[in-house]
Amino acid sequence: MDNELLTRIVFYFFAAVTVGSAAVVVFARNLIRSAFALLFTFVGVAALYVFLGADFLAATQMVIYVGGILVLLLFGVMLTHKLYDLNLKAETFQFLPALVAVLGLFGILTTFMLRTRWHGGGQAESVPTTELIGELFMRDYILPFEAASILLLIALIGAAMIVRRRSE
Amino acid sequence: MIGLNHYLIISAALFSLGIMGVLTRKNAVNVLMGVELILNSANINLVAFSKYSAGNMSGQIFAIFVIVVAAAEAAVALAIVLSMYRIIKTVNLDRADTLKG
Repeated sequence: MDNELLTRIVFYFFAAVTVGSAAVVVFARNLIRSAFALLFTFVGVAALYVFLGADFLAATQMVIYVGGILVLLLFGVMLTHKLYDLNLKAETFQFLPALVAVLGLFGILTTFMLRTRWHGGGQAESVPTTELIGELFMRDYILPFEAASILLLIALIGAAMIVRRRSE
Repeated sequence: MIGLNHYLIISAALFSLGIMGVLTRKNAVNVLMGVELILNSANINLVAFSKYSAGNMSGQIFAIFVIVVAAAEAAVALAIVLSMYRIIKTVNLDRADTLKG
């Protein structure tokens, strides 16, 4: 029972970190502050994956999102502003209509999610997933796996082509 | 006990915040951050349903594909933002209107 309570406390802590820092990402005036709040959102989502028993995905989330995409976004922020530009202010527009629309969307989503009676097979035991995922990729999902690798290769070559400086 | 609904509500909140970011921001990099929030919320849903349907692993596999596509999207989108900055000297999306007829 004590263990249960502790799990709940830690879960709500990470849920609050995830949603709270996502709110900072969206509402912060400073671009750099948004980018660093995004770090906490990604870490919070990784913690939620751990709660869901997806250990491999949690590690992947840390490596790819925190180590890759976030650094890429920070590069994007830095390269598109003057280096010593102190006011990296983010302009917002149509704030109130968007807020109303988004609150309505959130209300509709949660209403239908809570009303629907999901019929699954019940909660699964948490087992190490790395071996299972590896086997599935090599057997059932081999074609999507190869397609994803080609997509990634093409996207990275294309990105390098786009930003390359034209010679003279 | 922490149930499926907890994760669904967190994911709905992240999705709504991501939409908010995409709708209200003018800076292109900030819009990309909103898109990343939306992709993460979809991933939480996939993994949560994977756990609460007796450990069917398809959800986690799809979450990995979403991460792959998100990485590709971030790389290409930032390349486009950088070349846009090089050409029109700003990343304000309202100013990228040269295709307007």
